[in-house]
Amino acid sequence: MLKTMMKCIREYKLPTILTIIFIIGEVVIEVIIPFITADLINSINKGVVMSEILKTGALLLAMALVSLACGGMAGFTCAKASAGFAKNVRHDIFKRVQTFAFKNIDKFSTSSLVTRMTTDINNVQMSFMMLIRMAIRAPFMLIFAVIMAYIMGGALASCFVVVIPVLVCGLLLVSRSAMPAFRRVFKKYDKLNESVEENVRAMRVVKGFSREDYEKKKFAAASEDIRKDFTRAERLVALNTPLMQICVYFNMAFVLLIGSRIIISSKGATIDVGQIQAMLTYGMQILMQLMMLSMIYVMLTMSAESIKRICEVLNEETAIHDPENPVMEVADGSVEFKDVNFKYSEDAQKYALADVDLKIPSGATVGIIGGTGSSKSTLVQLIPRLYDVTEGEVKVGGVDVRDYDLETLRNSVAMVLQKNLLFSGTIKDNLRWGNAQATDEEMIHACKLAQADEFVQSFPDGYDTYIEQGGTNVSGGQKQRLCIARALLKKPKILILDDSTSAVDTKTDALIRAGFKEYIPETTKIIIAQRIASVQDADMIIVMDNGVVTAVGKHDELLESSEIYREVYEQQTNGSGSDDERGDENA
Amino acid sequence: MPRMPRNMKGGRPQVSIFKTLGRAIKMLFKFYPVLVPITIGCIIFSAVASAIPAFFLQKVIADIEKWRDTGNWAGAKEDIIPKILLLIGMYVLSIIAITAWSQIMAYMTQGYLSKLRCYMFDDMQDLPIRYFDTHKHGDIMSYYTNDIDTLRQLISQSLPSLLQACVIVVTVFFIMIYYSIWLTLVLMAGVLLMTFVSSVIGKGSAKYFISQQRSVGKTEGFIQEIMNGQKVVKVFCHEEQSQKDFDAVNDELCENMYKAHAFANSLGPIIMNLGNIMYVIIAVVGGLFLISGMSNLSISGLAFSIDIIIPFLSMTKQFTGNINQVSQQINAIVMGAAGAERVFALIDEKPEEDNGYVTLVNAKVAADGTITETAERTHQWAWKHPHTADGSVTYTLLEGDVTLDGVDFGYEPDKEVLHDVTVYAKPGQKVAFVGATGAGKTTITNLINRFYDIADGKIRYDGININKIRKSDLRKSLGIVLQETNLFTGTVMENIRYGRLDATDEECKQAARLAGAHGFIMRLPMGYDTELANNGSNLSQGQRQLIAIARAAVADPPVMILDEATSSIDTRTEAIVQKGMDALMRGRTVFVIAHRLSTVKNSDVIMVLDHGRIIERGSHDKLIAEKGTYYQLYTGAFELE
Repeated sequence: MLKTMMKCIREYKLPTILTIIFIIGEVVIEVIIPFITADLINSINKGVVMSEILKTGALLLAMALVSLACGGMAGFTCAKASAGFAKNVRHDIFKRVQTFAFKNIDKFSTSSLVTRMTTDINNVQMSFMMLIRMAIRAPFMLIFAVIMAYIMGGALASCFVVVIPVLVCGLLLVSRSAMPAFRRVFKKYDKLNESVEENVRAMRVVKGFSREDYEKKKFAAASEDIRKDFTRAERLVALNTPLMQICVYFNMAFVLLIGSRIIISSKGATIDVGQIQAMLTYGMQILMQLMMLSMIYVMLTMSAESIKRICEVLNEETAIHDPENPVMEVADGSVEFKDVNFKYSEDAQKYALADVDLKIPSGATVGIIGGTGSSKSTLVQLIPRLYDVTEGEVKVGGVDVRDYDLETLRNSVAMVLQKNLLFSGTIKDNLRWGNAQATDEEMIHACKLAQADEFVQSFPDGYDTYIEQGGTNVSGGQKQRLCIARALLKKPKILILDDSTSAVDTKTDALIRAGFKEYIPETTKIIIAQRIASVQDADMIIVMDNGVVTAVGKHDELLESSEIYREVYEQQTNGSGSDDERGDENA
Repeated sequence: MPRMPRNMKGGRPQVSIFKTLGRAIKMLFKFYPVLVPITIGCIIFSAVASAIPAFFLQKVIADIEKWRDTGNWAGAKEDIIPKILLLIGMYVLSIIAITAWSQIMAYMTQGYLSKLRCYMFDDMQDLPIRYFDTHKHGDIMSYYTNDIDTLRQLISQSLPSLLQACVIVVTVFFIMIYYSIWLTLVLMAGVLLMTFVSSVIGKGSAKYFISQQRSVGKTEGFIQEIMNGQKVVKVFCHEEQSQKDFDAVNDELCENMYKAHAFANSLGPIIMNLGNIMYVIIAVVGGLFLISGMSNLSISGLAFSIDIIIPFLSMTKQFTGNINQVSQQINAIVMGAAGAERVFALIDEKPEEDNGYVTLVNAKVAADGTITETAERTHQWAWKHPHTADGSVTYTLLEGDVTLDGVDFGYEPDKEVLHDVTVYAKPGQKVAFVGATGAGKTTITNLINRFYDIADGKIRYDGININKIRKSDLRKSLGIVLQETNLFTGTVMENIRYGRLDATDEECKQAARLAGAHGFIMRLPMGYDTELANNGSNLSQGQRQLIAIARAAVADPPVMILDEATSSIDTRTEAIVQKGMDALMRGRTVFVIAHRLSTVKNSDVIMVLDHGRIIERGSHDKLIAEKGTYYQLYTGAFELE
């Protein structure tokens, strides 16, 4: 796991190493400073000789300046390294996600991917920063300070033999027992926040049923539960403060007592007043570093969770691979399903698609009809190899889709997804997704075919109109037509519309289909729809129910042979044409 | 990464930090009137106790000086040991104080946050729907996720360490001037310099933090958009282009982050080393004073001597160390204050007003038609209407007669969205609203249950002006099913029971059967005990709507509002639901809003709305015969968008 993360440092190795060097420099000087100050004090003590004071003073000043320079520089290089590291991790995750197949995308929800790329990376960045600054600084400081203390204080330093183990044990004990408690609390806390979100989202339901008091009680109970757990954890951590103080005080009392005894017994021969001062400073430094280390320990274990989640994405293998010697050209728009069985996950009990055998000639118009959950979308998603079949094979242009170069295949099979999206950018930017080199004429032509040109032209900025994120500033019907135009720009051999005209009125819908017939006769058109009207003049209509193709035929034949088809037809001819079904097929 | 206080980004009026902090602290006092003073006492005591050692140090050193050349430890012992014992005594007391306050602080912080959270949540429940319609949910959430968290550090760490540092600084300051005013002045000059430096760096860092925050927002937005549209990216083989666009945003973020952190990181070392430099300066100046034989100015009247300079040096360390500590907390304090300000803003938000006094009661109708109030569920309700004039109470049987009379309304005062709307819904009638998005269909239902209050006109419920009815009772008498289905975390059963908390399992199942939901619920892995999470994301949109309908059915309300309640259910299933609903609503008033005209076709009255006006009204057959807008919609010549 750490190896995966380390790979992300890349071009920021230099600032990382520089940071470490600067920090070590800072530490060395910081440790020497008390040594010099002890000299200074002793020289003052021995009767003030100004030249002595100035000499040590100047030395000390120089050291402080170097330490300042080191510390400042380390601050900069550390910021550079950690920001760069985070950038690389973000880059890598994004890149990995780009290689994901639909199956991988289904596995990670959008929000979990977003959290991984934001919160988790922040945690890791913070830990990285801590690691190259504090985690280097603390042990070095600790070691140097202990060494210096021994050089200087001799016997006085022996108190550390007692203090350090006590503090280390104490801190370890505290953080060991507090950490699981914190982890539990944070999970509960996240849950609480989720329930608040739920409440805010459902405020109309809450108020509609006058459930305000009920919600308050529910929340108060959850909040109290968290308070109890949190308090327990926090009180454990709060033990660190007195523990630390005990050690500091013990050190002080010890140094004063033993120090004064040694000075007086030896008449200041081995150590002097200055050393007492220095020992106190070292003691403080050593204990502070231990405290630091325990903090780092906690921080790192906390971010281990984030690292794990990031690595999950980085190490996710794409479910769909390019073949060894890919076929680079799609001959025509014919599609064939041969004994196809499909399920979304290996452990699923039931097939989402079972025993599908279909032959669609190139250039045909095919309609697919079926209720929510009948696997219409699943069926068509196998054609551009968004998923791989579990058993059997799907052929396009007479070749198994698994033998094609993926990009070649997908450029020939244009699909307008049911849950379709426009991206923030101008209408032109969005259309260019279909073909980056498309000329204005081509775009207008595609939009005319999709019946989008008229309303686009009516916008003040025309094709340069800016689409907001999620396409919120165009209506559902307009969005659908732009998505169709975008797919048309690919000049595909097969065009798949997955319930893509549900928000378009019947008249426009008919115009779109008429356009297809006239201008792209060679393209195979596969249309999933809720409205019988959208498919009834197709060359072939596939009726699906529960993952099985129950009937195939023309409109008139199906009215005779398929009960489901007839039922739907009757309901709709009695009702209205304006239907908008948006059930999620994959749910 | 550290978040910048939001008020530095937006143009919201700033309440002063001190005022906000004052209020936060006052609240803490209010919650814990006994513990807070105890804690403060303990903090002050332990802080003073930690400043005192310098004093003892000076005494001990003076003793050492005195005895050093004699080499007589036995003699010196008499002087030194009692002082050290005294010191240890102080330490013990100080540790007791520290233990006490740190434990109390941990307890209080969590209690404070929990209470504040409940405060916020309770107040939020009482806010009008308008608030939720006009605030982004993400923003409301950040009160709970970010702002409260900033307070945690503020209360548990920043405030105690600020208080501690202040006490130590003051104590040390007094000890210093006790020894020497001159040296204190020198030190003060240095402290001024340190303050100046940290404010300069702080400003620089704040500037870059703001641009970092902007970059963060941009990057998160981009990530959100692409992750959400990842399938589209795949279908269009757009991976490389997305990567290129992302890298551009990512690089910018990296640059801004670098700058912001670079400033913040270097503040610590700079302040610390300025402290070291101060140390040298004090040593040199002290030495100079000593040599030049300059007369000391001090409270103690002590002359310059080594006994003064040495403890003074250690105090310098302590002093600058504490300033460093405060400068480390400044960010947290500013952020905490900004968080508190937002939390208070939510708490101060005006709650929904309710002056209603007519209440809903279970009723019993005697043979002679007199209505009496009863505690049991009779499936009959009455409006209890107390009259203040003569103290009498009248009962009106709840029948579900709703009339809107010349209603005008606008979400904003100057933008009217409903004009002169008049609707009569007789008990048992099914009234449908049809019209394009934005025509005002949902607005009408928002007015009936008083999510919003009308600007002009009257709405009467069984002849009573709805302004007189207590809101919770009014809403209890209206069941609503909305297009956007919201389910809660919990089992399917719990979700249905939300409609009526005392419904039995059997009643819930019965409601599910009516709603046509029973079949699929039984097919779920745990049936009615299946846990729903994440707004029921393990169900399809249509299934969620069926549960929402069951939820409304179990409430058994006299009047029902169905706002696109079946829009995600396919036409075959809808027909089944429709049958159940018709059985349920027999004899009750129903308002239906639907996009799909097959849903509204069998209504008693259909209102066609256009731009906030009712342009056509009548039954399906009548409207078809009129060949107006409804006819065009029905034949599909118009797009309902």
